[in-house]
Amino acid sequence: MLMLRMKSSLRFFEQTILLLFWSATAVWAGEPKGSASHGTNIFAPASTPANSIADLSVFVLVITGIIFVVVFALLIYSVVKFRGRAMDSGREPAQVYGSTQIELAWTIIPILIVVVLFLATARVIHAIEDAPEPAGAVEVTVIGHQYWWEFRYPKLGIVTANELHIPVSDLGHPTPTFLQLLSADTDHSFWVPELAGKTDLIPNHPNRMWMDPQRTGLFVGQCAQYCGTQHAKMLLRISVDRADDFVAWVHAQQKPAAEDAAAIAGRRVFEGNACMNCHTVAGTSANGRFGPDLTHLMSRTTIAAGAAENTHDKLRLWIQNPGAIKPGSLMPAMKLSDADLNAVVSYMETLQ
Amino acid sequence: MSSNVITVPVSQTEARPWVDELHQWLTTVDHKRLGILYIVSSLLFLALGGVEALIIRIQLMHSHNNFVSPEVFNRMFTMHGTTMIFFVAMPILFGFANYLVPLMIGARDMAFPRLNAFSFWLSFLGGLLLYFSFLGGSGLYGAGSAPDVGWWSYAPLGARAFSPGHSSDYWTLALLVSGFGSIGTAINIIATILCLRCPGMKIKRMPLLVWMNLVMAGMVLLAITPLSAAQIMLLIDRYLGGHFFDTQAGGSAVLWMHFFWIFGHPEVYVLIIPCFAFMSEIIPVFSRKPIFGYPVMVAATVCIAFVSMSVWAHHMFTIGMNSYANSFFTLTTMAVGVPTGIKIFNWIGTIWGGRIQFKTPMLFSIGFLFQFLIAGLTGIMMAASPFDWQLSLSYFVVAHFHYVIVGGILFALFAAFYYWYPKMTGRMLSERLGEWHFWLFLIGFHLTFDVMHVPGLLGMPRRIYTYEPGRGWDTLNLLITIGAFTQAIAILVFVANLIISYFKGAEAGNDPWDAWTLEWSISSPPPAYNFATVPTVVSRRPLWDLKHPEDPDSRYE
Repeated sequence: MLMLRMKSSLRFFEQTILLLFWSATAVWAGEPKGSASHGTNIFAPASTPANSIADLSVFVLVITGIIFVVVFALLIYSVVKFRGRAMDSGREPAQVYGSTQIELAWTIIPILIVVVLFLATARVIHAIEDAPEPAGAVEVTVIGHQYWWEFRYPKLGIVTANELHIPVSDLGHPTPTFLQLLSADTDHSFWVPELAGKTDLIPNHPNRMWMDPQRTGLFVGQCAQYCGTQHAKMLLRISVDRADDFVAWVHAQQKPAAEDAAAIAGRRVFEGNACMNCHTVAGTSANGRFGPDLTHLMSRTTIAAGAAENTHDKLRLWIQNPGAIKPGSLMPAMKLSDADLNAVVSYMETLQ
Repeated sequence: MSSNVITVPVSQTEARPWVDELHQWLTTVDHKRLGILYIVSSLLFLALGGVEALIIRIQLMHSHNNFVSPEVFNRMFTMHGTTMIFFVAMPILFGFANYLVPLMIGARDMAFPRLNAFSFWLSFLGGLLLYFSFLGGSGLYGAGSAPDVGWWSYAPLGARAFSPGHSSDYWTLALLVSGFGSIGTAINIIATILCLRCPGMKIKRMPLLVWMNLVMAGMVLLAITPLSAAQIMLLIDRYLGGHFFDTQAGGSAVLWMHFFWIFGHPEVYVLIIPCFAFMSEIIPVFSRKPIFGYPVMVAATVCIAFVSMSVWAHHMFTIGMNSYANSFFTLTTMAVGVPTGIKIFNWIGTIWGGRIQFKTPMLFSIGFLFQFLIAGLTGIMMAASPFDWQLSLSYFVVAHFHYVIVGGILFALFAAFYYWYPKMTGRMLSERLGEWHFWLFLIGFHLTFDVMHVPGLLGMPRRIYTYEPGRGWDTLNLLITIGAFTQAIAILVFVANLIISYFKGAEAGNDPWDAWTLEWSISSPPPAYNFATVPTVVSRRPLWDLKHPEDPDSRYE
C-alpha cells in the first residue's frame, strides 16, 4: 500500500516536472498551451512510446540534475574557499596524497546510481521495443527515398506519399499503427518527436516501430539521418484522424484515379513524356515507382515532401523547375512548353 | 634527485639564413621540433575548420536563409567534422605528447626519431589530401568539390552510386594516410615510455601525463586499425568490385556503422584522455598540492580505456538493434561514467585544501571541470537509449559532443598552451590577453553550446541546411550564431597572444610556475637532446624533492 502510494506520488512528481519542461520548451517554440499540435517538442508526447520516453527523460534529468548541483556546488565551494591569498605567499599548503575511504565512497555511490538508471531504462526499452502487435493494428510500410517518403498500406491496398494518415487510438480500444521501415536508396530516419522516438530506414535492414496517438490533429517531423543533398527538405506529416474520418479517407484512397475528359490533353502529355516512368496514377499506364504515387495528389496539402504548399502556382513551378523549390531534388526539369505545362497541371488538379 | 645535478648546456644560436632554418624544420627528427610542427599545422587546420563552422552558422542564422547552397552546406559540415577530429584535435594532442613525454621521463628523444618524422608528415599529407579535394574532387550531386557525405560517410551514401566522382575518395585516402601516421606515433609513444625512462622512474612514478598518453597510444592502436581496414574495404567497394557496404549488391550498411563507431567512440577517449593528462599536471601545480589519489587516477584511466572499447553501438541506438543489444550498450555507456566521475572528484580533491593561483592555465582548467561535468551528464542522458531515440541525430547531440570537444578538449588544450608555451618558446604568454581570451571564449562557448541543446529538444535534426519558420528554432539559432562569432574573436585574441608574446613576452626562465616535473629542470626552450646528464628520480615529483629537501615526496611513496 505504501509502495503504491510512493509510486503514485513519484508519478505525480514526474508529471509536474514534465509539465515544467513542456512549458519551458513550448514558450520557446511559441506554442499556446492546449492548441492542436504542430510542434516537434519531445516534452509534449501524444502517444505511448513518446510518453514513456518523456517520463524516462524526466527521471534521468532529475537524477543528473541532482548530480550536477552537488558536484557543481563542491567545485564552486573548493575554488572559492581555497583561493590563494596574498598573505600566504611562499608557504605551501599541506601536501595530501589521497584517501582510500573517500575514493571508495565516490566509486560506490556512482555505481549505485548507474544501477538505478540502467534498470529504469531497461524497462522502457523492453516496453517499447518488445510490444506485441495487437490484432486491430494498422500496418504501414514506409519506404525512404532520396528526399521523400513512400507509404504503403498492404492490408488496405493504398499507396501514398509524404503525408501519413493513421487513426487515433484510445487506450480502452487501442488501434496502434505499426510501421515497417525500408529504404530504396540511402539511410533515412523516421522522426515525429511527439509520437515516437526515431528509427532509421536502412537498405537491406528492415526495421519496425509503432505509435498509438491519443489525440487527433497534425503531427510533423522530418528525416533525421543525413541522406544526401536535400536531407533538409524531406519533411514528414502525420494526420491523426478520428476513426470515421480515417475510414472515409481509406475509401477515397482505394478508388482509382478520377477520370475527367476535360483534362485528357494533360494526361496525354503526362503519358507521352518521362513523367510516367517515375510516377504512378492508378488505372492508367503510368506505373513508375521512383517518384511519389500521384493517384490522389490533390488529397495532399503539400508537394515535394512538404517543401511547398499544394497550390496551383507551386505545383506549376515544381513541374517546370523542381530546383527552384528543392535544389538537388531527383525530379528533373522536364522543359515542357507553356501549353503542355498548363495541360499537365490541369490534369494533376483532377487527381482528387 | 640524488646527487646528479642537471647542467644546462650553452645554447648555440648563431644567425642562419632562413633557407637553412626552413631546411632544418623540414628535415628535423627532433621530438620538440616535430611537436611544434604538429601543433602549428593543427592551428592552420583549426582556422580552416573554424571558417567552415562560421559558414554553417551564418547559413542557419534564420529560417530559409540562402547564404550558401545545400551542396556547399553539406560539404562544409563534412569538412568541418573531418578536419576538426583528424587534422586538429588528434595531431595537436600528438604534438603535445611528442614534446612533453620525453622531457617528463628524462629521455633525450622519442624511441624512433625517424618514424616520428615520418608519422608527422603522413598526418600532414592526409590533411593536404583532404583539402586538395576542393580542387580535384567532385561532389555528390552534379559538379562540385570536397566530400559531402558527412564525417562518418555512412554506407551506402559513400558508395559510387550515391557519391560519384572522387571527392569522397580524397576523404578516404586522407583518413587512411593520416591513420598510418597515427599508428606510427602511437607505437613510438608506447616504445618511448616503456623503454626510455630515466633511472629511478619506475612505472608507478611516471607523471600522470605520461601514464595517460601511454593509455591513449594503446587505444589509438586498437581504434585506428579498424578504421583503416574499413577505408580499404570502401576503396575495394568503389574500385575493385567489392560489395562489403554496397547495399544494392547485398552488402551491409550496418557493417560500416560498426566499423566506423568501433573506431569512433574510442576516438573520443583518445582525444579526451590526453586532456585529462593536462588537467592532472596543471591543477596540482596551481593548487600547490600533489594530485589526489594518483593510483586511483591511473586505474580509472585504464578502466575507461577498457570499458570505452565496448560502448560503440550507443551511436547506433536508432538503427533498430534488439532490446538486449540496446540494454547492453546502455549499461556499458553508463558504466564509463563511473571512472570518469572518479577523475572529476579527484581533481576537486586536489583543489581541496590547496592555495589556488588563478593564472590563465588554471582558469581554463576550472572551465574544463565545469563543462566536462555537464558534457558527462548529457552523455548519461543519451546513454538511456529510449531518451536517445529522441536526442540522437538532433541538435542536442551536436551540443553534447561540442561540449566534450570544445568545452572539454579545447579548454584543456588552451590550458596546456598557456602552461607549456613558456617551456617551448622561452617567453610567457600575456596574462592580460589570456584573461580576455578566457572570458570571451567562455561567454561565446556558453552562448553557442548551452543554447544549442534546446532546438534539439524541439525536434531540430542535425545536418539540415535550412528549416521551416514557426518551429521555435529561429531565435535560438541566431543566438548560437552570435556565440560562434564571439568564440571566433576569442580565438583571434589567442592567436595574437601567441604571436606577440613570441617576440615581446616576458622571459620565462626554467621554471616559471614553480612546478615539479622534469621538463622544468632544464632551460626554456630545452636544448637539443634535452638533458646534458640523464637525471635520476626517486619520487613522482622530482623538483619538489629538490626544492623541499626537508620534506621530500619520496618519504610518502
